[in-house]
Amino acid sequence: MEWRWDWTWELVPRFIDATGKTLVAAGGGYAIAIVLGLVFVLAQRTPSRILAFVAREFVELIRSTPLLLQVFFVFYVGPQFGVQLSPWTSGMVAIGLHYGAYLSEVYRGGIESVPKGQWEAATAINMSMAKTYYRIIIPQALPPAIAGMGNYLVGIFKDTPMLSVIGVAELMHTANAVGSQSYRYLEPYTMVGIIFLVISLPTAFMISRFEKWVRRKMGM
Amino acid sequence: MTYIEFLQAYSSRIIDGSLITLVQFLFATAVAVTTALALGLMRLSNNPAVKGSATIYIEIFRGTSLVVQLFWVFFVLPLFGITLDKFIAGFLTVGLNMGAYGAELVRGAIMAVPKGQWEAAKAINMTPLQRMRRIILPQAFVIMLPPWGNLVIEILKGTALVSLIAVTDLMFQARQINISTFMSVQTFGTAIIIYYVFARFMVTPFMRYFERLMARKIGRA
Amino acid sequence: MTEDMSQYPLRLEGSNIPMVSFKNVRKSYGPLVVLDQLYLDIDAGEMVTIIGPSGSGKTTVLRMLMTLETINGGVIYVDGEPLTHMEKNGILVPADVKHTRRIRSKIGMCFQHFNLFPHLTALQNCMEGPVQVLGISKKEAAERSLELLDMVGMIEKKDQLPSRLSGGQQQRVAIARALAMRPKVMLFDEVTSALDPEVISEVTGVIRQLVGAHNLTMLMVTHQMGFAKDISDRVCFFYNGSIEEQGAPSKLFENPERKRTQQFLNAVLEAN
Repeated sequence: MEWRWDWTWELVPRFIDATGKTLVAAGGGYAIAIVLGLVFVLAQRTPSRILAFVAREFVELIRSTPLLLQVFFVFYVGPQFGVQLSPWTSGMVAIGLHYGAYLSEVYRGGIESVPKGQWEAATAINMSMAKTYYRIIIPQALPPAIAGMGNYLVGIFKDTPMLSVIGVAELMHTANAVGSQSYRYLEPYTMVGIIFLVISLPTAFMISRFEKWVRRKMGM
Repeated sequence: MTYIEFLQAYSSRIIDGSLITLVQFLFATAVAVTTALALGLMRLSNNPAVKGSATIYIEIFRGTSLVVQLFWVFFVLPLFGITLDKFIAGFLTVGLNMGAYGAELVRGAIMAVPKGQWEAAKAINMTPLQRMRRIILPQAFVIMLPPWGNLVIEILKGTALVSLIAVTDLMFQARQINISTFMSVQTFGTAIIIYYVFARFMVTPFMRYFERLMARKIGRA
Repeated sequence: MTEDMSQYPLRLEGSNIPMVSFKNVRKSYGPLVVLDQLYLDIDAGEMVTIIGPSGSGKTTVLRMLMTLETINGGVIYVDGEPLTHMEKNGILVPADVKHTRRIRSKIGMCFQHFNLFPHLTALQNCMEGPVQVLGISKKEAAERSLELLDMVGMIEKKDQLPSRLSGGQQQRVAIARALAMRPKVMLFDEVTSALDPEVISEVTGVIRQLVGAHNLTMLMVTHQMGFAKDISDRVCFFYNGSIEEQGAPSKLFENPERKRTQQFLNAVLEAN
């Protein structure tokens, strides 16, 4: 079995395009996840026992079940109720929900790492709960959370192939298409693997550098 | 068709799929634990070649997607003469992938065993192998159990991907049923519930029980 | 088992009402009762020190006043109005958030471990309350804060983050931060206990300046007996959740009436 370089070269434009689509899907999903994660963690910390319980159970449900299954669920459930979500939208929503649940745990860890004295000092200057979270707690919860947040960014990127099963034309989908058209899988799949490596390794490195920078800036 | 009727019609397929998932899960965990142990120890070695190869393996498996790895094992390896039965390819790949993550847990746990333990073992003239087997690993084992609890859940979720290489697990069956009935909420909803019950009410409690059992065994609880 | 709240006045009336008043206050953690039947009045402008062995409930008194702890019985009044309760249909009911925050605004507190906001500079720490809570303009808040930082001797370090300040310096900034809210009552919870001995005087010096200067009512928990004797109008000795003895510092320190007070003072003297 020999590697065909000429063919590989021909495939590059398609793969670059697919990489771009993958990054967009990952980025969009991540943006949703960041916001939902905050919603989930605040919902779990609300004084209302019912809301806190429901939020907790929902987060556990999402964290304990496969993303692939959730992708299918979001994509196929819509039509049963007359709502058709595009593959792209379903994909990003499913990723957003799944990783939002993960991120809420990361945020929770960050929030719980803020010393109790900070809450008390905020009470001592009569700050409202909302301002206490926004001005005092969350800024201090962020540096410990960044490592986790970064890991999940890389994780989302690596999970985008799941969207290929509902027709999103990202990297895996493209590789499958190329492979089944030409009956050669060696080059497409290897290229996909290398592209993943090339993107995820430096990203992980930069995230760790970013975390150190944020800690320094915040005097921690 | 009501939900009850749905269950009556498709329960045997769902159960078959669940059993396949269970078996994939158990085998994948076994592979992951073995791999993690080997890699973790290799990463602690002073020999640069040993440490380096473990690092490369870990970075490659962690840096690429499990889906990509599954497809690679199933479609590309045969071109190099290694043809694996898809069932084996499934749990093997999941296990090797998760083992790369587990390696860090193993390494971290071993390093967390107090320095004094290493020294005491040396002082009674144990060989490195004895020291590792009888003193360090048992203690490291207890330390690494809680994060392994999370990893084991990830393994369970990872097995769902073997459906993509046509292993007839729960995920696969759910997709098939969905294609023929389009009752997506019932199909995928049931699958979600099964995974959830399995993870939250069987695997996690077992891991917690196991943690307590092990902690007691080495006199920590 | 709820208390009959009609035994407590809806507000304190009269020309000479105390600034802070604990009436029959009870605090328990489950079955463990930490404070019971506590009656304590503090007049406007008074400087009261609370001393006592650990576990005697003295810090809890401050924390309840700052609403860091809930109370399990009785009422706390601040400047005539109930803090822990509010009026509804003519009787006292537990206060809601809005009411609590309104009354609480009159109280400020300094902590043993300073609790400065680590991501803000000294100046920003002081400005945070006035700007975010009182709605004061940044310019005015800055003026006020600079004045206070100058008063505590920290004006040169105004742009430093807390991680770059020593313990004594941080505590002084913490005092400025509390004063920036212009409270009527200042609470000091063992503010020198976490400091190295040689810098304690930095902080006590600042507190000394405050006595009598702003018509501030002050309540302090401390182990610094000499300092307490020097500046207090009244000293309360707490033992096992209630006031064992209280009175003018000269009397209590030199001629205590109760045996337990004497035992405690002896033990403290020994330790020094």
